Amino acid sequence: MGTIRVTGLGKAYKQYPNRWSRLIEWLVPFSRPRHEQHWVLQGVDFEIPAGEAVGIVGVNGAGKSTLLKMITGTTQPTCGQIHLQGRVAALLELGMGFHPDFTGRQNAFMAGQLLGMQVEEIEALMPEIEGFAEIGEAIDQPVRTYSSGMQMRLAFSVATARRPDILIVDEALSVGDAYFQHKSFERIRSFRRAGTTLLIVSHDRSAIQSICDTAILLEKGRMAMHGKPEEVMDYYNAMLAEREGQIVRQEMLANGQVQTISGTGEATIHSVRLLDQRQRSVEVAEVGQPMVLEVQVDVRQDIERLVLGFMIKDRLGQAIYGINTHRLDQALTDLHAGERVTYRFAFPMRLGKGNYSVALSLSRLDSHLDRNFEWRDYGLVFHVINNRQEDFVGCSWLEAQTSITRSSETSGQPQAPEIAP
Amino acid sequence: MLLNLYRSLRSYRGFILGSVKREFQSRYRNSLFGALWTVLNPLSMIVVYTVIFSQIMRARLPGVEDGLAYSVYLCAGLLTWGLFSEITLRSQSMFLENANLLKKISFPRICLPVIVLLNAGINFAIILGLFLGFLLITGRLPGMALLALVPLLALQVMFSAGLGMILGVLNVFFRDVGQFFGILLQFWFWLTPIVYPMSILPEGIQRVLALNPLTALMHSYQNVFLYNQWPDWNSLTPVLVIGLLFCVMGLRLFRQRVGEMVDEL
Repeated sequence: MGTIRVTGLGKAYKQYPNRWSRLIEWLVPFSRPRHEQHWVLQGVDFEIPAGEAVGIVGVNGAGKSTLLKMITGTTQPTCGQIHLQGRVAALLELGMGFHPDFTGRQNAFMAGQLLGMQVEEIEALMPEIEGFAEIGEAIDQPVRTYSSGMQMRLAFSVATARRPDILIVDEALSVGDAYFQHKSFERIRSFRRAGTTLLIVSHDRSAIQSICDTAILLEKGRMAMHGKPEEVMDYYNAMLAEREGQIVRQEMLANGQVQTISGTGEATIHSVRLLDQRQRSVEVAEVGQPMVLEVQVDVRQDIERLVLGFMIKDRLGQAIYGINTHRLDQALTDLHAGERVTYRFAFPMRLGKGNYSVALSLSRLDSHLDRNFEWRDYGLVFHVINNRQEDFVGCSWLEAQTSITRSSETSGQPQAPEIAP
Repeated sequence: MLLNLYRSLRSYRGFILGSVKREFQSRYRNSLFGALWTVLNPLSMIVVYTVIFSQIMRARLPGVEDGLAYSVYLCAGLLTWGLFSEITLRSQSMFLENANLLKKISFPRICLPVIVLLNAGINFAIILGLFLGFLLITGRLPGMALLALVPLLALQVMFSAGLGMILGVLNVFFRDVGQFFGILLQFWFWLTPIVYPMSILPEGIQRVLALNPLTALMHSYQNVFLYNQWPDWNSLTPVLVIGLLFCVMGLRLFRQRVGEMVDEL
């Protein structure tokens, strides 16, 4: 249960030159087709084993929504096949079909019925739906009095009241307040742990990388890439920055990771090193140890302004810390071909133990979307170990200072805690 | 294919019944008199026609002398015509009205016409009940011939549903269909002996009206209610044949175009 197999999938919309041509095509027997096919999706093949989570990325109009609509069955494919096993739930348009004049409870029944549930089933699920939505008494008020966040809470609760075998999620999840976003994301994660296959469309890099096993990149209605989320996201990022004359290349590093390098090449990164106090190049750092990130840049052509940025990412590719020389007010101007610039960034390694990578960018301004001289993922990979500090969890060492006051309940006001230096 | 349709209808029966209930409720949700409006609408129409034709224009049914008879005649045609026009008009716009639902949610599309039929059926049942009550009070309740209503109504619903399905699908692709049918319905109403009896028309025009499949149907209703007469079943063959034809065409059209429909909405 829960596998998705898509073979040779394509979708084309019919375009008629004028309003009469459809009528002619319908009425004249054996008439030649009088429409042109406008392909929005073509040649999509993939197979998702049960229980896997797959992210779908791509720019607007790449065909992501069309693909999801075909998988959920609202739109019929022009060619190709889709095999689904198990019950599918889609979080595409949350709150669709809510009737403003009916109460939340009535609408919940309606939405459940639209998913093919019977009244008794919904009745049994209702306490759970109410509990998850947390909209309290409002459940018996007309939906027109709801805020959009409340509608979305209710809709999400109904749609996910039963664990589906396949869950399809569109960016819809970015609605709602932070608390509910967390809560709904946690529910999706728990479905996933229980074996639900997940298909997510999102522009949120961290969402894709933290939850998905693989990712699919759609470009102009075709599958451009299907692979590990980090690789796909890096490629996608580079693709976004792609301009005339830019190259995007991916190289396999010794450790098996794929490095994505893109840019116009007026300036390039010569070397990246992590140095300890004794200026030795290291790959392992202790928590709290003072380190220096050294980057050497070769200027290949005269450029008026150069900004170097670096970003430390964790194993899932989520940004931990990023900064650039523009934001540090250290942008260089009037550089000439042949120059070599050495940057040194000194910082204490206040990160949790684990693997980290450093992505680098060379650009003219703050954002690499304007002029991207070079963008390099996995410019450096290092490990953080913890032998000297307390054994904390998480990705950031906040160096908590502890003070504890004990007092008996009857002794009145506790004394102000003393903070240890 | 029919089996598949039946299966999907069965598994979505919750949705269908729920929708029917909600549509009924929502119509009267914010009104003070609620379901009363379902009755007041046709009632006012009947009063208007009765006053104009029977009182002002002194129309009399041949062979019947009292004024009430005309009202009964009028109701027999008007109420059943109401069922026909409600089914066809609602079916014609059912896909367009539910465009958002169709585009966003995957459910058996065949639910929509079924919901339309059930809704129209409920509205008609209310009015028919009242009409029968009225007949009972005035002592005009016909006898056993009332049983003929069952096949007659079944025939009419089939005819209307088939036509409605064709119009509904076509209207998605050619919006002119909706506009055109609205006008056609006006002419159709007056070309069917509902307000007037056939006999007041010249011979030639009577023969033209006989071509209208609904004429025989209306005639049967009027005979049942007014004279407690069983219908002449042979005269209903054209309705049956055309109705079946509409249903087959409608279902075929629906099946062929249901996928393409979403792209056009």
